[in-house]
Amino acid sequence: MGMNDEAIQVTSLRKTYGDKHAVDGIDLEVHRGEVFALLGPNGAGKSTAVEILGGFRKRTAGEVTVLGVDPAHPTRQWRERLGVMLQSTSARSVLTAREALQHAARLYPNPRDVDESLAAVGLTEKATAKPQLLSGGQRRRLEVALAVIGNPELVFLDEPTTGFDPEARRQFWTLIEALRDHGTTILLTTHYLDEADRLADRIGIIANGSMVALDTPEGLRSRATDAWVSWVEDGATRREPTPTPTAFLRDLLARHDGEIPRLQITHPSLEDVYLDLIGASQADLDAAADEEVAA
Amino acid sequence: MSALETRPSPSWRSLVADRMVLELKEFTRSREQMIFIFAFPMIFLVLFGTIFGGQTLGDTDVTISQYFLAGMIATGILNTGFQSLAISLSIDRDEDVLKRIHATPLPATAYFTGKIAQVLLVSIAQIAILLMLGVLLYDVALPTDAGRWWTFTWVFLLGTAASSAVGIATSSLLRNGKAASAILTPVVLFLQFTSGVFFVFTQLPSYLQTVAEVFPLKWLAQGMRSVFLPEYFETQEASGSWEHPMTAVMLSAWFVIGLVVAVRTFRWMRSDDS
Repeated sequence: MGMNDEAIQVTSLRKTYGDKHAVDGIDLEVHRGEVFALLGPNGAGKSTAVEILGGFRKRTAGEVTVLGVDPAHPTRQWRERLGVMLQSTSARSVLTAREALQHAARLYPNPRDVDESLAAVGLTEKATAKPQLLSGGQRRRLEVALAVIGNPELVFLDEPTTGFDPEARRQFWTLIEALRDHGTTILLTTHYLDEADRLADRIGIIANGSMVALDTPEGLRSRATDAWVSWVEDGATRREPTPTPTAFLRDLLARHDGEIPRLQITHPSLEDVYLDLIGASQADLDAAADEEVAA
Repeated sequence: MSALETRPSPSWRSLVADRMVLELKEFTRSREQMIFIFAFPMIFLVLFGTIFGGQTLGDTDVTISQYFLAGMIATGILNTGFQSLAISLSIDRDEDVLKRIHATPLPATAYFTGKIAQVLLVSIAQIAILLMLGVLLYDVALPTDAGRWWTFTWVFLLGTAASSAVGIATSSLLRNGKAASAILTPVVLFLQFTSGVFFVFTQLPSYLQTVAEVFPLKWLAQGMRSVFLPEYFETQEASGSWEHPMTAVMLSAWFVIGLVVAVRTFRWMRSDDS
């Protein structure tokens, strides 16, 4: 089996533009059949990394294998096994949804059925509509159908739900879960935490071009040790972190008679962990910048 | 699974055919392309025919409309090859349409062959309609000897090759798809005014003639005149000759320059860092 177990293998990937490090030493393995989410704020380097993996950009340094092939030298056979959904959508096409899928299907040796694909993304009724007549969410769903029309082993989805309303995002997630159940390996980038939490087997958090954490959603959640206790005292809201909320509460109760207004214990969400990681990375960067100025 | 994986990839020819059909759909369904590229020479042929009527040139019996017919055929080739390709490729690059194509298994050779096939088919339809208008409205007699049709064939093919190659090259040099039309339309207009399309070439100031001789449209128009105007009209040309060898040299040179620049500068993405 060996390296064939991994859909994607990345070692010390770097991409620099002048003296800017867009991707600054990323290590990553995505297993076959896995849904992997690259999570990070805008400009963190997610799209650059995915564009290198998808064979669109050349890397500055590092080792990259995608489905056993170096994406710096994309071949037709490799592209036949890969599906890509780009971030941007063009509404200019004059092809109907069905025509677009029919033309795309003819590029692959083993395509999916066009009408089944339309049904899978809920566009059967819009089959004869041109892109201008589709809503943003419908156009993105068509893009997913186009990305997987060739029956790919691996799909890249670059910020697939940016700009969606909550309902459209939920529909979209169901679509991605159906793909995963079909056995497709999925690498998606997102800056929505709940999306990564809901869809991904593992999450890689990218900030300033570096991977600051790589774990399962549960693993990331368990990184937060402190709980927050909050209450109102003398008219002011107080909020304290504590690794031992029970002991903290016992002390608090001992100091107060009767009802403590607005007493609350909250355990950190994945979002808190995420913001901590992103914040720490940003603080490191700021400190480094300060040092540079001082020097 | 393994049974599916052994299926062969689609053949190159079927990819080209499908791509050509798709390009034709995109061209014919675009109002801008159909008016400003396809119908443009026909509109101007009829417009000039109406204005200048049956005026003849000098002491010949060649009418201005007949003279312009050859020019409109030439400019149709330039519109469809150069202007249309340069603008549509720039916009497609700007809107990530090219990047999307690059993400599929479609070989670049099949993509470009499909595009060139579309240019050829659109040009042939355009020329057929222009000739029909010429025969019906302006008493143009279609050539009956094989020699003239041979001239037509090589001038048409070399002109299309040069226009398309320079068009693809130009699309890479334009930074912005939205500006492509605004930048290229005046360039094409300038060539049309100076190359014997909208005016009789020999009536232009000689310095303008000299400028136009550098560019392919002058040679395309002169080549088409040699096909569709009477043989004796050759003496009315600037040099007193159809200059076929020079026409072949100039169109070939533009083709080679365009091809070299196109191959060296073509990008699938807006910004390329490879």
